[in-house]
Amino acid sequence: MDNISTTIKTLVKKHGKKRESLLPVLQGIIKQENFLSEYAMVLVATELDISAAEVYGTASFYSFMNHKKGGKYIIRICKTITCSMKGKIQVLQAIEDMLKIKVGDTTPDGLFTLLETNCLGWCHKAPAMLINDEVYTSLTPERVREILSEYLTKNK
Amino acid sequence: MESYHLKRIDFIFKNENDWKDVLSRALASDKQLILNELMESELKGRGGAGFPTGLKWKLTADEKSDEKHIICNADEGEPGTFKDREILTQVPFKVLVGMAICGYVIGALKGFIYLRGEYTFLMPELEKAIKEFEYYCKEINFKFSIKIFLGSGAYICGEETALFESMEGKRGEPRNKPPFPTKNGYLGKPTVVNNVETLAHTYTIFKYGAKQFYDLGVQYSRGTKLFSVSGDTPKAGIYELELGMTLEQFVDDFGDGDTKAVQVGGASGFLVPRKLFSQTIIGFKGKLEGHSLPTGGSMMLFNSSRSMFNVLSNYLYFFHEESCGQCTPCRVGCQVLLNGINEVKKGERSTLYLDKLLQLTETMKQTAKCGLGQSVANSFSSIVENFKEEMIY
Ligand SMILES: Cc1cc2nc3c(=O)[nH]c(=O)nc-3n(C[C@H](O)[C@H](O)[C@H](O)COP(=O)(O)O)c2cc1C
Ligand code: SF4
Repeated sequence: MDNISTTIKTLVKKHGKKRESLLPVLQGIIKQENFLSEYAMVLVATELDISAAEVYGTASFYSFMNHKKGGKYIIRICKTITCSMKGKIQVLQAIEDMLKIKVGDTTPDGLFTLLETNCLGWCHKAPAMLINDEVYTSLTPERVREILSEYLTKNK
Repeated sequence: MESYHLKRIDFIFKNENDWKDVLSRALASDKQLILNELMESELKGRGGAGFPTGLKWKLTADEKSDEKHIICNADEGEPGTFKDREILTQVPFKVLVGMAICGYVIGALKGFIYLRGEYTFLMPELEKAIKEFEYYCKEINFKFSIKIFLGSGAYICGEETALFESMEGKRGEPRNKPPFPTKNGYLGKPTVVNNVETLAHTYTIFKYGAKQFYDLGVQYSRGTKLFSVSGDTPKAGIYELELGMTLEQFVDDFGDGDTKAVQVGGASGFLVPRKLFSQTIIGFKGKLEGHSLPTGGSMMLFNSSRSMFNVLSNYLYFFHEESCGQCTPCRVGCQVLLNGINEVKKGERSTLYLDKLLQLTETMKQTAKCGLGQSVANSFSSIVENFKEEMIY
């Protein structure tokens, strides 16, 4: 059995073979694989005994359930008004310059994907971003360069 | 020293280490008495809609069913709101005990916390708290468990029926109401959905009695509320204040001296221009003098350097992205509004077109299926009507 089917079997066992388990199972896959492949969705459908179209239809509703293979680290920068007012554009520019990618892209080494997202709930410490589940607030171009450098060093 | 005129209150974040006593005491109390206390406090939902909490619990308690649920709504997706995260971080036990008391009163054995995916980092600490809490429940022979359900980046799942759909493993598309959740909620069973802050308040009301809460605030808007303050303010942060203040009082305390407008209630709320500060009251609708504005607590301040066009277009973009797409007025309406204000700004359409767009928001208010589509009109009309010149030039 390949890696992903073992993962899915374990997840279904943990959450139970019922429709209510669909989101937790998909979230578990993303946690491990960083994205939801078509193959994985078909496997989930078989395991939960629902149609693959149902799985795809559900997954495609949620903005955190990316179907495109992304980077190891998904950067989500908040684009809601307060972050924009507090210098999000400059921070975004600094990320784009440093990683040489635009919003929506993944770095060629597969390390980072850069995305924008709606309010992260840190308006009092704007601008804010997530890198996977980790939160970074009160960002400045300098600060964001430091943060990304740390990730780069960690992955040398 | 920072100076404040508005009274600062500390119910929610006050550190209290007696949650076990509070829970035990609740479980030994008469259910009807707990309900009475809650109704006497006149606590209304802190998630935005302001439904009386005591009544919600009572309606659910009155339903006959083999299974019921209590769900804590921690989806906190409204732009400019960030208080629920802080409650769950600082005083999680108040929320857990609030849920347990509700479970006891309505007859639910299971509680869920619907936590937005953006707050995944809260999981380890919250799970630790739940473990400790469940351990105590076992100790005192109270059958009640709490599970966290994680969202995945969809604002609409904060709407209670979309939340059920999401928890049931489906697309987060709101259902028709009625039937209401109190009758037909998660898995078709009677369900109470309460905001994080509402539940924390039930803890204090139970512990200290209804009077302490009721004595604060004003008629129809009793008690305190957490405000998430952001934007052009030297005091961005979370503050617990009495309901019933005027926006003028608020701006006196929190403004930067140059406040041009305040968005009350997030993207789905209203923009209030300076000239209306003194007659705008922060609280639920009632027979108060002046214009009262309910809010989930999001207060975004804008000073004179800000373009209201940018503010509106940011909100419309948000709605356009977060609309679940289920009903036409909202799906298409959001797009037309967003394109429309851009076309007017660029001079591609006459300024009269803004009136057409205003009519469209009115239609959306009447015909959209859920609160998202219905409330686009709030920010749209309040911004366009008060800052028309900024929409055009
Ligand atoms: C589009 C939309 C989003 C919502 N998001 C939230 C939310 O994030 N948190 C919340 O508590 N209520 C939210 N609500 C309100 C809920 O539907 C529900 O009224 C509330 O959770 C009830 O709890 P309360 O009575 O304690 O306020 C939202 C409503 C709508 C229409
Ligand atoms: S109003 Fe918008 S969000 Fe609500 S059901 Fe209709 S399309 Fe979905």
